Amino acid sequence: MRAFAGLLDRLAFTPQRNGKLTLLRDHFRDTPDPERGWALAALTGVLSFDAAKPAFIRKAVEARMDPHLFALSYDYVGDLAETVALVWPARPGANREPDLSEVIDALRGASRAQVQALLETWLDALDADGRWALLKLLTGGLRVGVSARLAKQALAALGGVEIDQIEEVWHSQHAPYEDLFAWLEKRSEKPTANAPGRFRPVMLAQAIEKADFTRLAPGDFAAEWKWDGIRVQAVNERGQKRLYSRTGDDIGQAFPDVLDFLNFDGVIDGELLVMRDGQVASFGDLQQRLNRKTADAKLLAQYPAAIRAYDLLLDGEDDLRILPFAERRKRLEIFVARAQSPRIDLSPLQPFADWQELSALRADPPLGDARLAEGLMLKRWDSIYEAGRPKGPWFKWKRDPHLIDAVLMYAQRGHGKRSGFYSDYTFGVWREDANGDRSLTPVGKAYFGFTDEELKLIDKFVRDNTTERFGPVRAVRADRDFGLVLEVAFEGLQRSTRHKSGVAMRFPRINRLRWDKPAREADELATLEKMLTE
Amino acid sequence: MPKPESILCPMPAGLYCPPGDFYIDPVRPVARAVITHGHSDHARAGHGAVVATTETLAIMAARYGADFAGQSEALRYGQTIDRDGVDITLVPAGHVLGSAQAVVRHKGMTLVVSGDYKRRRDPTCPPFEPVACDVFVTEATFGIPVFNFPDAADEIARLLKSVAQFPERTHLVGAYALGKAQRIIRLLREAGYDSPIYVHGAMQGMNALYERFGIELGPLEPATVEKAKKSDFAGAIVIAPPSAIDDRWSRRFADPLPAFASGWMRVRARARQRQVELPLVISDHADWNELTGTISEIGPGEVWITHGGEEALLRWSELNGVAARALSLVGYDDDEGES
Ligand SMILES: [Zn+2]
Ligand SMILES: [Zn+2]
Repeated sequence: MRAFAGLLDRLAFTPQRNGKLTLLRDHFRDTPDPERGWALAALTGVLSFDAAKPAFIRKAVEARMDPHLFALSYDYVGDLAETVALVWPARPGANREPDLSEVIDALRGASRAQVQALLETWLDALDADGRWALLKLLTGGLRVGVSARLAKQALAALGGVEIDQIEEVWHSQHAPYEDLFAWLEKRSEKPTANAPGRFRPVMLAQAIEKADFTRLAPGDFAAEWKWDGIRVQAVNERGQKRLYSRTGDDIGQAFPDVLDFLNFDGVIDGELLVMRDGQVASFGDLQQRLNRKTADAKLLAQYPAAIRAYDLLLDGEDDLRILPFAERRKRLEIFVARAQSPRIDLSPLQPFADWQELSALRADPPLGDARLAEGLMLKRWDSIYEAGRPKGPWFKWKRDPHLIDAVLMYAQRGHGKRSGFYSDYTFGVWREDANGDRSLTPVGKAYFGFTDEELKLIDKFVRDNTTERFGPVRAVRADRDFGLVLEVAFEGLQRSTRHKSGVAMRFPRINRLRWDKPAREADELATLEKMLTE
Repeated sequence: MPKPESILCPMPAGLYCPPGDFYIDPVRPVARAVITHGHSDHARAGHGAVVATTETLAIMAARYGADFAGQSEALRYGQTIDRDGVDITLVPAGHVLGSAQAVVRHKGMTLVVSGDYKRRRDPTCPPFEPVACDVFVTEATFGIPVFNFPDAADEIARLLKSVAQFPERTHLVGAYALGKAQRIIRLLREAGYDSPIYVHGAMQGMNALYERFGIELGPLEPATVEKAKKSDFAGAIVIAPPSAIDDRWSRRFADPLPAFASGWMRVRARARQRQVELPLVISDHADWNELTGTISEIGPGEVWITHGGEEALLRWSELNGVAARALSLVGYDDDEGES
């Protein structure tokens, strides 16, 4: 992120075209893949986000700092993103600075609520210039006077080629442009504009909001499960077999078991899962296969991967992307049936009459694979396959978060408006040791989800029941007979070797205060472990 | 105990000490003055008697001539003199060469007038020393939460990267002639830059003075050579007073790239206003965290704010239970090159 922020900063103050060209060319030359490719995509407008609204950003900063001081600052600077970048009261001990690619990955995958949760940790980890770049990226306000043409000119300068040559291959390339850079650096041949086996940019769904249902007609939509694996594009084009991630990374080498059975001619959009005898395994199982360059025979046998097909982009020579989903779906069913691949099956559609029926299905999926789904996907029958995240044709409707009851163990002082309050909470669940005794083990940390009133109550509880202090942190009394139970909501659970408890929560937040619940009745670690394997 | 207002009070000419009959940094000629540092808004000519550090007296003599005051008395850091029962001690302020806080003690009460100060390392002067006191009189030039300055060494690294990226251009760095210019030069040297640095004629005297006090600046060349060709300055770093950067003076250089070293560069609109291509956020003043951190560290009974962003600092004081008031002294500018 630092290099990207530095580049934006210089570009914004450099008026001449030649100066901008030098800055861009040097950045592309000195920054490794995939960071430079994402910078290229962000600058040329291939990527654009509106992941955070100004009002949210303002709220986030005012939660940490006196609103009057913020108002004075905003008044002085005049630009919200810049003001927040400059005044952000970072919590000490923040995480490692995120890479541009990490931020973009998260933005492409996360819901708005998730981005908002991530935003604060990113802002904590970055310096003022990095925060400015991040906020401009998030709010879609990256205006630094770089046209796509200028960026291509800089690429041409980097490779010592004519800009026409860049234009020629441009549309067959996709972020983060690793092939393009490989060619410009003379590490590979010039990519051909119509290379068989190439990646097609993926269509993504928006998160559905409650209000949407009143204006959407159930009859216009097909519904299917949103499987909890990774989205892939499986290609076999004139014998060129490829397996791509959603961002266009070629991940075929790590999945030879799948690649071998792409016995069709076309391009499938689907979910990569670990499947045993046609049954979906958990995301945790799939994780054993991810982030590896290759896979050995034992791993292949233990965690066999397969594709559950959602869509068909290319059927032989026919590009289906301009057809409506209803048409593509029919072709997909025939296509999958004909291929008879042991590693490809069809993601079934879920018929429904109205939103209520679908809602019930989502809340309580039938036994079997559907229990492992992340939620439902809604696709307009008439939607063409449109790259990016268009508004309207596709929606994702995730399942409600998981809930557990945990016990407050430590509290840390907040910042800004909350500086007088203990507002960051570490909570734990019961674990049984070898002697059969139960003690609390911390499983996560949360600092939002409660109201100002609740904050005051928890703060009082913390002060009244402090057992130990370490700097800004207080340990509070929490044992079998006494403690404050917090209902914690979270999006997912993963195994973690970094946490003593062995589990890590995704996006935990305080859902409810359970003053009524005795501490001994809070959840056990075993309950969380079961969620891992569910 | 006396009231602090009876020991120091704001008057049109500046902060006045009635029992000791002297002013601190008066903005007009007075009989007796204590001068915190050599910037022209704090150190003016024409006083009857001046007390300051040796370095500050030398700076004043270089600026205004040897007869800048009727008489002068040099104080070492930490040395105390008595003025009619008022003790005056000068303590390092970390602002520029010779800069000091004036510590005023009378009848068991201590008031510290910080002058201008900063808490960052500066290779050209000793660091600020906090002094426990009843009243801390602080500046607040950058007293708004948006001013949090990056590490100066990182800013210098940005300058050097730009010099490497644009070898055909002349990097023209605007920097205040006293303090900022020499600090930039020292920082460049510390970063391993040992080529000649070209300096504007108006800075040569101050550079020589710094060298006399043992601050080595390395090879310096005048940027005013009559017969020099434009191309001679390609790839060079030229340091000049901020006013010269957008002046005709700068036209002598090959494709000049205007840079400006100032705390104000933290805010983009300021940099754009000045058409700066490379804003360098380097300040000789305390930033917001340094101001509030210094007040917290010293923990004075009361804070008086002389000039700058009073409103925000008053608000901060209120939130943090610190008694504070604004003196709203006039006649001081920020010596970061805005005026
Ligand atoms: Zn000054
Ligand atoms: Zn001043």
